[in-house]
Amino acid sequence: MKALEKQRNILDFTLSSLGRRKGKNIALVMVYTFVIFLLASVLFFTHSLKKEAALILQDAPAMTVQRLVAGRQDMIPMHYIDSIRQIKGVQSVVPRLWGYYYDALSGANYTLMVNADLNDRAGEIIIGNGVSWRSAPGKRNNQGLQKNDIIPFKTYDGTVLGLKVKGLLPFASELVTADLILVSETDFRKIFAIANDQATDLVLQVRNAKELPTIAAKITQIHPDTRPILRQEILRTYDAVFDWRGGVILMVLAGVFFAFIILAWDKATGLSAEEKREIGILKAIGWETSDILLMKFWEGAAVSLMAFFMGIFLAYLHVFLASSILFAPVLKGWSVLYPHFRLTPYINAYQIATLFFLTVIPYTVATIVPSWRSATIDPDSVMRM
Amino acid sequence: MGLMFMDAVVSQRLDREFVRERRAIVRALTLTDLCLFTEARYTRHPSMTELHTPFQDHPMALEHFPSGSIMAVPARLYPPAQQ
Repeated sequence: MKALEKQRNILDFTLSSLGRRKGKNIALVMVYTFVIFLLASVLFFTHSLKKEAALILQDAPAMTVQRLVAGRQDMIPMHYIDSIRQIKGVQSVVPRLWGYYYDALSGANYTLMVNADLNDRAGEIIIGNGVSWRSAPGKRNNQGLQKNDIIPFKTYDGTVLGLKVKGLLPFASELVTADLILVSETDFRKIFAIANDQATDLVLQVRNAKELPTIAAKITQIHPDTRPILRQEILRTYDAVFDWRGGVILMVLAGVFFAFIILAWDKATGLSAEEKREIGILKAIGWETSDILLMKFWEGAAVSLMAFFMGIFLAYLHVFLASSILFAPVLKGWSVLYPHFRLTPYINAYQIATLFFLTVIPYTVATIVPSWRSATIDPDSVMRM
Repeated sequence: MGLMFMDAVVSQRLDREFVRERRAIVRALTLTDLCLFTEARYTRHPSMTELHTPFQDHPMALEHFPSGSIMAVPARLYPPAQQ
């Protein structure tokens, strides 16, 4: 109990001592907070993006087969389906029709995708929430598109095709459906002038996931102009790339971080005359070297923890509320152009602990060691200065 | 410092011939882009890329080549509202 009381008294004294050197300490906390803010922003962003991608793409098709012409993706002939279906282990092969449409009226890009449910209802579409707002800039009362409104599409032969909105996709699915427009096959082929015997790509279901690489190899053997993409490959790609992108920024920030450590070391070693006198007086009135060290430890801990919590909080706001405006072009790459997404905050104790050991511990070590030297000063000589 | 400037001036004079040669190749072969990043076609030929190339794999795909974060998106690809 007595030991606890002693700690409390030393902490009280430390805080009031920090208050006496307000300007210097506020500046230090601000720089420290900024360093933690930068590191935490990168960690939060890359982790959330990886998690988001892994969760969403868990249900992506097991295998997608695209056709390449001169290194570019091209339409795939429907007769490829028959030969692929013959491969042992393939359960089903379904053609997909999808593409991108630039709407010059609203300046927005939409993803048009054929939905089998609409195939007997040509002329009707189902739209995502983002489309409903972006397609209706001139509407009265700032209302979005409603059921039975018509969106004009310019077809590839120059005519205009009006499609009636028959429904809106659920708001909850906005992250993946914001720009999506579901159309019938007839309308899709009419808009993009695509022949009936062609599809955008093929998606496969297989009986045993372990056979996927073998089936992919067989497909490229039968059709050398195709490129099978496995779900596992997509997942691995996102994982590796966002690690890489996070690493690039951390490398850049490493310089800032080391500069900060040098600053902290310099601050701790170069004690001001006032600080030296304070230590001298404390020792003269009976404080021991261990008490001075304890005081310095609490000083470092108070500064570190304050900066740590503030930095993490600001990084959270930056990444999840302000869409990481500082790093977006580097972390998102060309995704800044097109899929507009807001990240779901995925943070865990491991990340916070990593940040803690990367920032607070080095600072505390950098300040406590030189403090030991000052704690052993002879009080008499200091007070004579 | 003086030596540094002198070396720069001399090197520029010596390299003039190479620059002329490169320009001739660009003219003769009608090339449009520098060969900086070859991993994706939109970073290999950023001036020729269309808006959707980075997202060609599947709808709502995220762009995923590392060079995408080093090479900035050409301004002409942004919709008018974002430029």
